[in-house]
Amino acid sequence: MAVTEIQSGPSLLDRLSRPKPVIALALLLWLPLTAYVMFGHRLGSGAQNVLLPAIPATVLLYVLGVRAFRESRVAVIGLTLVFFWLLMAVSAPYLPLMDPNKPIAPFTTPFTERGDLFFWLGTDFKGRDMLSRMIWGCQRVLVWGVTATMVAYVVGAMFGLISGYLAGWWDEIISFVANVLLSFPVMVLFIVILNYLGPSGFNIVVAVTFASAPAIMRIVRGLALDIKTRDYVYAAQTRGEHPLYIMIFELLPNVRGPIIVDACLRLGYTTVAITTLTFLGLGLQPPDPDWGLMIRESARTAMLWKFSYMLLVPALAVSSLILGFNLLADGLREMSLRD
Amino acid sequence: MSAEAAEQVPVLECRNLCISYYTRAGEIPAVVDFNLKLMPGEAHGIVGESGCGKSTVALAIMQYMGRNGAIVGGEILFEGRDMRQMSEEELRQIRGSRIAMVYQEPMASLNPSMTIGDQLAEVPIYHDGLSEREALARAEEMLAKVRLPDPKRILASYPHQISGGQQQRVVIAMALLSNPKLLLLDEPTTALDVTVEAGIVELINEIAEEFGTSMIYISHNLGLILETCDRLTVMYSGEAVEVGDIHDVFDEMRHPYTRGLFGSIPLPGADKNAHPLVAIPGQLPLPHERPRGCNFGPRCTFFRTGVCDAGPLPMHAVPGDADHRVRCERFEEIDWNRDLPKGEAKPPVEPGDVVLSVEDMTKHYLIEEGGLFVVGGSERVVKANEKLSFTAREAETVAIVGESGCGKSTFAKVLMGLEDATDGKVMLGNVELGGLPVQRRNAETISKLQMVFQNPFDTLNPSHSVGSQIARVIRKFGVASKDEEVEAIVHRLLDTVKLPRDFARRKPRQLSGGQKQRVGIARAFAGNPKVVIADEPVSALDVSVQAAVTELLMDIQRQNRTTMLFISHDLSVVRYLADRVVVMYLGRIMEQGTTEDIFAPPYHPYTEALLAAVPIADTRIEKRHIVLKGEIPSPTNPPKGCPFSTRCPYMMPGTCDAELPPLRDFGEGHRILCHLDPAELTAMEPVIKPKSEAAERL
Ligand code: SF4
Ligand code: SF4
Repeated sequence: MAVTEIQSGPSLLDRLSRPKPVIALALLLWLPLTAYVMFGHRLGSGAQNVLLPAIPATVLLYVLGVRAFRESRVAVIGLTLVFFWLLMAVSAPYLPLMDPNKPIAPFTTPFTERGDLFFWLGTDFKGRDMLSRMIWGCQRVLVWGVTATMVAYVVGAMFGLISGYLAGWWDEIISFVANVLLSFPVMVLFIVILNYLGPSGFNIVVAVTFASAPAIMRIVRGLALDIKTRDYVYAAQTRGEHPLYIMIFELLPNVRGPIIVDACLRLGYTTVAITTLTFLGLGLQPPDPDWGLMIRESARTAMLWKFSYMLLVPALAVSSLILGFNLLADGLREMSLRD
Repeated sequence: MSAEAAEQVPVLECRNLCISYYTRAGEIPAVVDFNLKLMPGEAHGIVGESGCGKSTVALAIMQYMGRNGAIVGGEILFEGRDMRQMSEEELRQIRGSRIAMVYQEPMASLNPSMTIGDQLAEVPIYHDGLSEREALARAEEMLAKVRLPDPKRILASYPHQISGGQQQRVVIAMALLSNPKLLLLDEPTTALDVTVEAGIVELINEIAEEFGTSMIYISHNLGLILETCDRLTVMYSGEAVEVGDIHDVFDEMRHPYTRGLFGSIPLPGADKNAHPLVAIPGQLPLPHERPRGCNFGPRCTFFRTGVCDAGPLPMHAVPGDADHRVRCERFEEIDWNRDLPKGEAKPPVEPGDVVLSVEDMTKHYLIEEGGLFVVGGSERVVKANEKLSFTAREAETVAIVGESGCGKSTFAKVLMGLEDATDGKVMLGNVELGGLPVQRRNAETISKLQMVFQNPFDTLNPSHSVGSQIARVIRKFGVASKDEEVEAIVHRLLDTVKLPRDFARRKPRQLSGGQKQRVGIARAFAGNPKVVIADEPVSALDVSVQAAVTELLMDIQRQNRTTMLFISHDLSVVRYLADRVVVMYLGRIMEQGTTEDIFAPPYHPYTEALLAAVPIADTRIEKRHIVLKGEIPSPTNPPKGCPFSTRCPYMMPGTCDAELPPLRDFGEGHRILCHLDPAELTAMEPVIKPKSEAAERL
């Protein structure tokens, strides 16, 4: 009831909430960030300005998100956590931070002043500013985590659609391969793949795809098996549509809903996986800041209670991001169950 | 009867009952001001369309309101005591032993992991403290009473091992075991085939006689109510609009909605040319969008501002009838003797040349038993279609009638090119379709043969707009390719199916069932088809919407001189709209002929039983009583000889169960597949007759 009172013609925000503007904003946020993180060193001097348009896009997307999810408090909290880190990621170059890689004053505990510098979160064993490293560090986790999950989804959904819709031999083969992959413990699979390919961001994407795609394929396959019995699919078949058309235009849009919830959860897993791999030395490489790397590098030193902040800062950062993804997934599920 | 009844305590009485649901949008009144008095031994029907609140009433009586439902006013008295004052324990006692409920889905009441014997025995063990042996004996006796064959075997089976009709009988047996005072039946036969339904209806009537149980029978089907009940409540949009003795309501209805309902169902005598159905205009209001005053106001032809929309309406007693009440302000001013509004008569359409001819079309499936890696798994043949032969001419409507497993959907698949025929020919003009899968058909052939689907909720893709789905068909069939042209055609098609043009931009979830079905029709006619297969296109819609969609479909067919294959199990609809009828049973055509031939003797024994099984909502009609025994055999394991021999009342042992019957030709394309002598077939009596003493009550 209250909703009708507020509405008076489509406001600007209403118009921005349609699919096309949202996708445009998401690209405006995502493309510069990816370019910056993956190819930053090749962008040269231009790199400094690449992220500028992404900052307003992030803020706008957040506002739209909160509006869309206002019915679920859980989802809004999750969204806030995730967007906090996204905002940090895109605005890191413009924040008044110290150089994350420059050793200044080793073993400075948090909230102390050294010279004319104040260290909110202290410095690590090499003397690099922890606050700066934490904020810069979220870039790589976010970019590689989301990229890896997306690639895994594309691959998983494709095989799931083929296997569910075409059935028969396709299904036998795809399901068999998926079952074999699923029978490995995820970490073992990661370690084997990364040991073989060598540690790098792109190889993490490959490893995550191998580990996640089979489970995604199973979900999509199940949904496709259900949806392909619907009359509108029958109608498309009787009009002589190509199976590819049916999979992409008739099935795919309708598996979207359940998949988005799963994707949020999986983003959380992937973040854990990337951090763990980096910690094991199989993922992203030094010296650039990264949460997993921060934990790895300071693991020794932080044995001393006094220096435990070196571990706690990156650990809490990772946890908050994962929590954000999980709460978002919970909220989305809650909302989808309600209608 | 009324003097005697006044002394008795009613089994159940609802007084001014109001029920609401609480949702995000606030309180939604589901049922308002509902009154009902049920005397011992009486059967009371509640009819209405989806969302009218009839099932909510049943749930309230059972006190199963769920977390977001509540009785917000009035009282429910069970044998004179208010159920709202009873403790949880008392309610539980009453629910288990005094009131029993049978739902539409039998599996909702059965535990899939327990044998039927164990489930049934629980009831007497719990209620009467019988030993397990005695309880099982009681259960067996009850299974025999609900006419289940071989009760011993059924006691030992699990629910999934028996058919749907048998499951429903088990549920009824379970309900009767506690010897309830009141039996609530919520659409107990809707999920079943007609001939199976007839058996259940017979059983329900026997129970009423034998056990004297009072019953509340909830249904959307007026014919079923007439066959089972003494009194009737018609509900519309959360309110009872008419209550009375079944004959009073059927013969002298005094509410415009009741009258509209009767006008929109095909009764014998309705005819698509001379007496078309009259649909009730508009659609049901959503619960939170009900109008002020009379809920039926926006759809009522007698609506008068200031009278009908003044405020909440009370029930008025109809003078002259015993306990006959209506919720209409103007019922005394309306001239009820004037005939039901008649649809406009339309000239009959002359059929043209043969468009579709099916010759000995056969479809067999091979089922491999055993898994993928098992070598030498045995193969079984399922004869889904056996030697189907019939023709359909231009502008003609051919109805294909049959129950589940009769092979009608397989036939549609072969026609549409999703399956290859095993043998025989299907000719559309001069193109052979039987061996031509849809991928190898050209756009022209495909667009000539289109389909309208049964389930409105499935027929449109929920992710795409209505317009884009129609546009896709137009492009695919090469009707037009430029954006403006396509849009113009989409708009024209929406006009044809009487939907506003801006529906093109809507998503299917914003449409009602009837509107979706209209879009489905628009989509089927987008490529100017020659033949349209309509697979039960209205059976999932509300009664008052069905007539409008049926009429629309036939108008478009008439304009385009399209041939229509109308697949249905409902003989009333078939009689109304078909020119010729093909009756199928277990993959074979049992009888075919013109509609008049099919509905008059000689009958095939199966057609005869089907005709007798369809409930007819007309008190002036008398039906012969034929109830088939047993269930429809599985198509994977059909009987030898005549497929109908396991259930046929005329079965001749030694002949019917050994040899395939010969095809008897009665001229003009009327053919019957049966061993009976043509003379015997001709001597059959008509199943449906006008009642001889038609003026008995007037
Ligand atoms: S009260 Fe008025 S609107 Fe309602 S049914 Fe009667 S005549 Fe029609
Ligand atoms: S052939 Fe025999 S069993 Fe079949 S319908 Fe005729 S009489 Fe009945």
